[in-house]
Amino acid sequence: MNRSDELMMDMNPDVIQGENSVKGSSRIHMETKDLTVKYGEVTGVKDVSLKVERNRVTALIGPSGCGKTTFLRAFNRMHDLTRVARVTGQVLLDGVDVYHPDTNPVLIRRRIGMVFQKPTPFPTMSIYDNVVAGLKLVGIRKRQVLDEVCEKALRQAALFEEVKDRLKDAGGSLSGGQQQRLSIARALAVGPEVLLMDEPTSSLDPQSTSRIEELIQTLKEDVSIVIVTHNMQQAARVSDRTAFFYVGNMIEVGDTKSMFTNPKEKRTEDYITGRFG
Amino acid sequence: MMTTLKQRRIRDRIMEGLLILSTIVVLVPLVIIVFHVIVNGFGALSWEFFTEELGSPSRAMQGRPTGLVHTIIGTIVVDFMALILAVPVGIGAGVMLSEYPDHKMNPMLRVMNDTLNGMPAVLKGLLAFVLIVKPMGTFSGISGAVALAFVMLPIIARTTESALMSIPWTIREAGLAIGLPRWRVILSTVMPAAKTGLVTGTLIAFARAVGEAAPLLFTSFGNNYLPNSWTGWLFGPVDTLPQRLYSLAISPYSEWHQMGWAAGILLLGFVVFSFIVARILTRQKFSTS
Amino acid sequence: MSSPAKNRSVTQELFRKPPAMIYRWLGDRIFSTITFILGISIILITLGMAWVLFDEASPAFREFGFFGFMTGTTWDPSVQMLFGAWPFIFGTIVTSVTALGIAFFPAIAVAIYSAEYAPRWLAPIIDNLVNLIAAIPSVVIGIWGIFVLAPWLRDSVYMPLFLWADVNAPGLLPLLGNPIGYGMATATIVLALMIVPYTTALARDALIAVPKEQREASWALGATRWEVIRMASLPYARGGIMAGAILSFGRAIGETMAVAMLIGNKNTLPFSVLGAGATMPSVIINEFREAVENLHLSSLMAIGFVLFLIALTVNLIAAWISRNYSITGGSAV
Repeated sequence: MNRSDELMMDMNPDVIQGENSVKGSSRIHMETKDLTVKYGEVTGVKDVSLKVERNRVTALIGPSGCGKTTFLRAFNRMHDLTRVARVTGQVLLDGVDVYHPDTNPVLIRRRIGMVFQKPTPFPTMSIYDNVVAGLKLVGIRKRQVLDEVCEKALRQAALFEEVKDRLKDAGGSLSGGQQQRLSIARALAVGPEVLLMDEPTSSLDPQSTSRIEELIQTLKEDVSIVIVTHNMQQAARVSDRTAFFYVGNMIEVGDTKSMFTNPKEKRTEDYITGRFG
Repeated sequence: MMTTLKQRRIRDRIMEGLLILSTIVVLVPLVIIVFHVIVNGFGALSWEFFTEELGSPSRAMQGRPTGLVHTIIGTIVVDFMALILAVPVGIGAGVMLSEYPDHKMNPMLRVMNDTLNGMPAVLKGLLAFVLIVKPMGTFSGISGAVALAFVMLPIIARTTESALMSIPWTIREAGLAIGLPRWRVILSTVMPAAKTGLVTGTLIAFARAVGEAAPLLFTSFGNNYLPNSWTGWLFGPVDTLPQRLYSLAISPYSEWHQMGWAAGILLLGFVVFSFIVARILTRQKFSTS
Repeated sequence: MSSPAKNRSVTQELFRKPPAMIYRWLGDRIFSTITFILGISIILITLGMAWVLFDEASPAFREFGFFGFMTGTTWDPSVQMLFGAWPFIFGTIVTSVTALGIAFFPAIAVAIYSAEYAPRWLAPIIDNLVNLIAAIPSVVIGIWGIFVLAPWLRDSVYMPLFLWADVNAPGLLPLLGNPIGYGMATATIVLALMIVPYTTALARDALIAVPKEQREASWALGATRWEVIRMASLPYARGGIMAGAILSFGRAIGETMAVAMLIGNKNTLPFSVLGAGATMPSVIINEFREAVENLHLSSLMAIGFVLFLIALTVNLIAAWISRNYSITGGSAV
């Protein structure tokens, strides 16, 4: 069955935790074409065409307010929730437009997960329940399945060893860095192919930050990652490709190493060398 | 067995339907009540209603002029007396909680105030009965005012505290910086800045008290006639709208029932009016701050 | 504040300062003293209520014993002069608990609809209308109940039910009671309507306060709209929801006029579902004005004291729950 059929149908029980038998195989996992996002009169993002490579980390950098978060949120249709936002252009997941009228955003968001700037464990749920929350939505209740998925997701998020003896503790009882890794585990538990990360370490201390940066390197074997960061050094450390945004436009995109050592555009160079932003 | 997306969407729709249904079920009685009050009471709102006293049941049954002028005046007298008693104490408590936050009585004051607020009005009537009616030996307008003051007090205290606390600290600093003593700062800078909140709180408390019947049944008690002298309003039994509505409603005379509905129109009208005014004042506060 | 040593130092202070400072200091002193006196009055009034009610009630407690009075089932002011409060305690508890049971889910539903579903222009209208229900004086609801609701319930619900039971389930008849329309069921229904706004208001505030990040995290997991509410919003708002429910319950036990006008005023157990009953506030209202005997009056005061204790307990439980169950530790509920 082709990709568009799958996006429109219910989720297949096999499609959990990366045992994704219908995974696409081309190098380009996601792609945007002339993506524009407007909030009423104000344009947040204008005509951005970007390719996201499979199993790679793509970083979006730029000064605050340049539209990188707005752009990221268009990937999993988070703008659907804002009444005044209008999205035009295409966002393709393995060639299928995520904004196609027949596709259901609920399904999209299982394929494309998201981690936010503030760690948001559900405070009334235990660590275990937090991780499997997404699975319970789909009606998966068998204890064995949940246990397996929970452990796998927590291992992927490099959190399992620290919490394995206290899975029943409240989600809010962890430290900031642990809570963020819990949020990552929660997002991974539903088996997404793409993970969007919106400034995931900006509210964390340096130690937690580097743990998560390490984590990203191992994660990319399972998922393609798009990360927004206001920290250029972080982009240089973790990403394979980087896109520089400025005032709603994507100025330049390319291989991270080349971009940081030899940027093509003047504005990119100015930003990277700290002349503004 | 997994829940399909279709099942989840159906469940979503069902829940939304239930929520809308519940909202309608809750709001429809409101409309019905207002409708009935107006329809049933409107006919009794005559000139006599506003100018005559009630008298004995035979007056109404024989079609002679009868009305509730003594009740309307009584309500105004008793409720404004209550206001005069409650406002200073309530505002004083609110000032104490807000402007002297370190006072060691404050935690207890807050607890006591919340407790008083949660007490049924009938108990406040009993308190006023023991404190005022028993020593005086008679039911009186004053005791009714005291009972209603007990009802108003905790509301005024709480809303005053809230209104004063919402004034930014910088206003107080500015006052102190120009050399005003603390009491002047409070009185002349903070309180005027909070006046919308203070007025709204008082209005809310007043409207609550106007509708209370229970505390008045054993304090001002009720009167079918106008008092003989002006002192009668203070030291003798006085009629008030909510208490009179109750008496008329449970009486066996249908003419009196209709006057009861009319009294309901007055009460309802006043309550809705205060509600709207309070809303307007609150919105004004947010738009000018 | 009146020991000689203190007075001396106060006057010493007074004379030590220059006149301008005296104005400030004296002004501050007078103002704060007046303020504190006014504030403390509230404490005195509340404590006074407890004391006065207990004092007036003591003859009854002495006569019947505190627990004897609370559990006594006979209330007879005419022949035996025996006063036991249990019928009224029972009536209050049954009507209040049932009313809360009826009102809780609709009230939460309105809160959810207003906070999560209603279009921006509609939500304030709904909120205001719900608050208006709470603002209607109890006597107005009472007179409407007497002349509109009770007859309607009798004709459309109670009588059919009674007739049906007469034929099909005669064993139920004693439980059902007399379907005249003025009784426990009618009073409970009206009570349920009256207490909805308290739960709705607090629940709605709590739902609005749920941080948007919590909701977004749910959306991002692929939840549908209702699932987001159930997964993120409702648990986070549970403190406010519970506080609202307790507040509603507290209002229910103290609600006097509408209940007194609709409950039928029967002082002896057993109460039946449709038939007449009584609550603590309703018996106080009904009998106080006619009570002549001291023991009768004292017993009514004793009922008032018991009501005070129950209301106090409910308030304390509300504060405790709000502190321990809300996510923000009770401050924002």
